[in-house]
Amino acid sequence: MTDIQFWALFFVVLTFAVYIFIAWRSRVKETKGFFVAEQNIPSIANGAAVAADWMSAASFISMAGLIAFLGSDGSIYLMGWTGGYVLLALLLAPYLRKWGKFTVPEFVGDRYSETVRSVSALVAIIVSFTYVVGQMAGGGIVFSRFLNLETAGGVAVAAAVIFAYAVLGGMKGITWTQVAQYSVLIVAYLIPAFAVAQTMTGIPVPQISFGQILGELNAISAEFGLSQYTEAFTARPQLDVFLVTLSLMIGTAGLPHVIIRFYTTKTVRGARYSAFWALVFIGLLYTTAPAVGAFTKLNLLEGVQGVAANALPSWIQNWAATGLVTVSPGVETINTISNNATSGADLIVNNDILVLASPEIAGLPAPIVGLVAAGGLAAAMSTAAGLLLVISSSASHDLYFRYLDHNASESRRLLVSRIAMAAAVLVAIYFGINPPAFVAQVVAFAFGLAASTFFPILLLGIFWKRANAVGAVSGMVVGLVFTASYMIYTLPVFGTAANEHVLGISPEGIGAIGALVNAIVTVVVSLLTKPPSHEVQEMVEGIRYPSARRTETTSA
Amino acid sequence: MADTAEGAGGAPPPGAEPDNDWRKEYWRKNLRLMVVLLVIWFIVSFGCGILFVEQLNEVVIAGFPLGFWFAQQGAIYTFIILILVYAVRMDRLDDEYGVSERNGDGSRA
Repeated sequence: MTDIQFWALFFVVLTFAVYIFIAWRSRVKETKGFFVAEQNIPSIANGAAVAADWMSAASFISMAGLIAFLGSDGSIYLMGWTGGYVLLALLLAPYLRKWGKFTVPEFVGDRYSETVRSVSALVAIIVSFTYVVGQMAGGGIVFSRFLNLETAGGVAVAAAVIFAYAVLGGMKGITWTQVAQYSVLIVAYLIPAFAVAQTMTGIPVPQISFGQILGELNAISAEFGLSQYTEAFTARPQLDVFLVTLSLMIGTAGLPHVIIRFYTTKTVRGARYSAFWALVFIGLLYTTAPAVGAFTKLNLLEGVQGVAANALPSWIQNWAATGLVTVSPGVETINTISNNATSGADLIVNNDILVLASPEIAGLPAPIVGLVAAGGLAAAMSTAAGLLLVISSSASHDLYFRYLDHNASESRRLLVSRIAMAAAVLVAIYFGINPPAFVAQVVAFAFGLAASTFFPILLLGIFWKRANAVGAVSGMVVGLVFTASYMIYTLPVFGTAANEHVLGISPEGIGAIGALVNAIVTVVVSLLTKPPSHEVQEMVEGIRYPSARRTETTSA
Repeated sequence: MADTAEGAGGAPPPGAEPDNDWRKEYWRKNLRLMVVLLVIWFIVSFGCGILFVEQLNEVVIAGFPLGFWFAQQGAIYTFIILILVYAVRMDRLDDEYGVSERNGDGSRA
């Protein structure tokens, strides 16, 4: 066992033990604990849990690598995956918390109709499943590189731990475990980033110091025949950058596993501050990621430029075993580099390894490399657990009890919810080990679907009393069909031919237009049909004020 | 929320009854704050980071082309501040209209 493997194993076992301990401490006895953690989570803790829930394997493992190869246009992920929190905090979270029940489909059911609730529950399950498969696969990468485990074994171990705390503690167990996981992942992300910034610029704060290397990075990129790192719109046209950023923002604000996190706070005010803390915690990683991307790319390019293929740095050998780094056959010295396997470049580096390999690329000691492995797993597992809760609650609370078992007792409900959770974990393990070929591209689906279905009808449901059930159903269906059709039209994964992008709009960017189409249809159809009942309009009025009005003044 | 201003049968809200003026006022102030913050949200992210990024890139501060900095750093800091301003201003608004959440003894819930 190498040093790196020892330290990776050490940190992974240590953190897993902590998660299991927390799970045991926070096991629950009723559905309110299982679904919304007894609505008793302090704002800062909830913020950390949102951050861990949100920052997935993609944020931790892939994002800095994506930015390194996209350059300036990597901003689509940086702004897209943070800006949505402004929409959530101002437009959705406080109102949904005031209404205060268990799931997103449940709100839609109360506000519109039971049909909308069933459709929403199905969409929530589909969206969450596409997302959870990516987390499982991300966990598999960490295990196979750092612990030399087969991907299947790694996925099974990670899932067994998730299974333990998600089934035992539901939302309560998940929330407190996520607080621990956030701590692990942010420490694992920041330590190597600060160390790399210190060695390369002498200033340990990467957010400030990566400006100093941008000139150098632009110059060396040009020598490799790549575009200028800081030049905008080299990877995507301007219109597409605009739409993808907007789609990711709207999608973020519409993803059920993010929204339900705001049901767990004590108060409406708590929901607002949770959103603030969440974005502080997320921003810590998201402002570091572009620095990691820039530093690692410069290190990578300098390390291999003009180097003979048999004299490459050792991290390339280490990672070559995973198949994620390849030196093209017959290459003497490295002159070209790409993240695209079909580009024919001398050295092909997969996006997913840049963060995991950055400590090695920068030559940091083995314990830090091992810590990064534990951080990657924390990111993957915390997100997977949040998604599994949505799948379990939608399946049990929104579908099973309504259609099959109306009069289930409290203990029976808890049991069924646990069984639903267990079943969801098993399916996730299966797809984690045998990921469908289209997984990478299908994540774009999750955001596009959330943006074009949930966000507009939630927004209109809160801010426009006149929106009615017929309008919401029509809006959701048209938004969904529109968005899915364009994705199928442009992506080859469903067995159809890949067609040209219309006006340069990529499938990732179509969700924003889908959301607009949904909103327009909802408004027009609502105006043409009967307004919602008096009771529904009163419910909408009620969620606008955090509590009933007191006549006497209270001091702050 | 028993005494809302809407008529029975789900007609849209008629003119304000005196009793409910505070509701309209509270909601209008909330909406105004929201719109101001969302305009800033749009200008900083989509304006500085995407629409005018190339023009701003002409200016370089501490090695960062300014547009690039907004797109990869500045926008995120702005988002955090916007949410904080919203939460703090809404606390004040809730207190002003007596709709903040309180425990039995009047302390913040």
